[in-house]
Amino acid sequence: MATIELKQVEKKFGDSFAVKPLDLTINSGEFIVLLGPSGCGKTTTLRMISGLEAVTSGNILFDGKDVTWLHPSARDIAFVFQFFALYSHLSVRDNIAFPLQAQGMSREDIKKRVAEVADMLKIEHVLNARPGGLSGGDQQRVALARALVRKPAAFLMDEPLGALDAEFRESMRAEIKRLHIDQHATTVYVTHDQIEAMAMGDRIVVMSNAVVQQADTPTEVYNNPSNLFVARFIGSPGMNLIEGHYADGTINLPGDNRYSVPSGWRSVLETQLASDRRVIVGFRPEAVQVDGTGEINSTNYATDLHGGYTMLHLQLDPDTIVHARAGRDMRYQLSETVRFTLKPDMVRFFHPETEMALKQNGMKN
Amino acid sequence: MAAQSSSSFTPVNYSTRVDKVGTRPMVANLMRAIIAVMLVCLTLIPVVWMGMTAFKPLKDAITVPPKVFFTPSLEGFVNLLTQRRQLNGAELDQFRQRTDLNWADQIALQQQQQIIGQSQFVSQLINSLIIAVTSTVLSVLFAVLAAYAFSRFHIPGKDDLLFFILSQRMLPAVVVTVPIFLMYRQVGLYDTHLGMILLYTSFNLSFAVWLLKGFIDEIPTEYEEAALVDGYTRLQAFRKIVLPQAMTGIAATTVFSFIFSWNEFAFALMLTQDKARTAPPQIPLILGSGGVEWSTIAAGSMAFLIPVVIVTFAQWRHLLRGVTFGAIRKG
Repeated sequence: MATIELKQVEKKFGDSFAVKPLDLTINSGEFIVLLGPSGCGKTTTLRMISGLEAVTSGNILFDGKDVTWLHPSARDIAFVFQFFALYSHLSVRDNIAFPLQAQGMSREDIKKRVAEVADMLKIEHVLNARPGGLSGGDQQRVALARALVRKPAAFLMDEPLGALDAEFRESMRAEIKRLHIDQHATTVYVTHDQIEAMAMGDRIVVMSNAVVQQADTPTEVYNNPSNLFVARFIGSPGMNLIEGHYADGTINLPGDNRYSVPSGWRSVLETQLASDRRVIVGFRPEAVQVDGTGEINSTNYATDLHGGYTMLHLQLDPDTIVHARAGRDMRYQLSETVRFTLKPDMVRFFHPETEMALKQNGMKN
Repeated sequence: MAAQSSSSFTPVNYSTRVDKVGTRPMVANLMRAIIAVMLVCLTLIPVVWMGMTAFKPLKDAITVPPKVFFTPSLEGFVNLLTQRRQLNGAELDQFRQRTDLNWADQIALQQQQQIIGQSQFVSQLINSLIIAVTSTVLSVLFAVLAAYAFSRFHIPGKDDLLFFILSQRMLPAVVVTVPIFLMYRQVGLYDTHLGMILLYTSFNLSFAVWLLKGFIDEIPTEYEEAALVDGYTRLQAFRKIVLPQAMTGIAATTVFSFIFSWNEFAFALMLTQDKARTAPPQIPLILGSGGVEWSTIAAGSMAFLIPVVIVTFAQWRHLLRGVTFGAIRKG
């Protein structure tokens, strides 16, 4: 399994950047997810790693060896495409054997290896069928088998679950994750689905506008987003972000609310905010604690029942709505007053101009 | 379905499946079948009639009312493929005594004629075959390569080039035959196989490139990219992935190109004389030699039709797949 290093890798189409200079090290055996909205450069990055797209400048290293200008076939990687790219004129068996034939492997060995992966992915019963007639899930398993059969140095997957039904997607997600654990293969996985990224990645690389916004573990990306984009993009719904003014240890929030800043953050805010003292308070829906004596005052705008929990839409003023996650039995009338507090360790602060998160001493990054 | 008795159980002894009892779909299917049969008849009757005429002796071919039942004869074909001379009375008796005559000689003898050699039509058919097959192979070969390049690679001025290629087909043949005739005579391509092959290839190529580009555009690039990362070179990927996936398009292009080269009349009439003369300009000439020999004309048309049928049916599997599944299925 290979370590993949990207050094100042960039891609330009004409004058516009698809990927701005990017540095990233993917450790051997790591499952890394490139996450971002469409057009953010994540697929281009993946294709540059594969060699299907030439870099405009920068270097790509596999295990320290420069492969920047190596042909895709010489990189020993497997690519899983969103639409599977199974050859409809070949049987499933021949599809899986296809990469092995390129290596000139003997017939018996090919047969053995195909049988192995077919067993691993439980697709023995479709080996003689044509891929066109299979279900989406089976097609994806065949595509995975074709990638696995070669035991490549790295797996590159471009939204492999994007073309599947929701029902299949969940189970395939688990299958891919389990495969990775068993194979322990370096995997780069591209998706626009943050739930998939959270569920699967050892590390998530959040991209937007051709730039890496944050590259960290799912927990870290979720708990400590490095900027407003990541805060909004991760989570469903994303982080609540409310602008206020800081003064003397409290922040004035919309609807004449005052929020007492946790003591550990006061010095940070005092030193890092601009002179106008504007600040954005960020907190996840689950950081909201509904409490009759809470210091923040809101009215219930709408309530979504999710079965396992209840999502409250709380209005501070007509323009400001906070999403709050509450117990499954929590019920409020429309426009009823709801008071709440924020769990002190789950509150984050962002600079409104730079859009960057404010950092406490000792915090990562 | 019918009125139910309320007092007791009525055993259901008919199928209750609506798709089986519905009369409307049955009527619709019947109508569809009738229309299909009518269409088939409409297209096939002239062909069948031509076939019948080809196997009729001349006297049966021209009787009024036309005969549907007749004794088949190869007279038409013998007359088409041979040169004969009229026998006079004495020779006729002498010939009737001979025992070494084959079936073709016998048929000629019935018309009081002796076979003295092959007719020109045989060599013209061979010319037609050589020219049509070669130009079809060349146009499809070049067109696949060009279409692939146009479809996959960044080519400066691609749109202009494609339009230029299409524009090769814009002038009707009749308009350009005279200049081509003058040029061909100058460079020694007049009445040569090479000249006709070049001409038909260049004429077919424009159309074939466009047709095939459409088919190749439909093949997702991921197919080749998958092959590339799987360890194949671009040329191998082209051969192993693109060609099989484009088979429907290649088959259609082959049929179209072949039919064009095989049928072409105006160029052949102007640019060939006897060495490279193809069959189409010759068939109307059969008409003139000694009365309207309908059996011979029909036999000529039959002989002319067969290669097209063979080429089309050889591609049948690929063409049918294109019709039933859409050109390319994703995934």
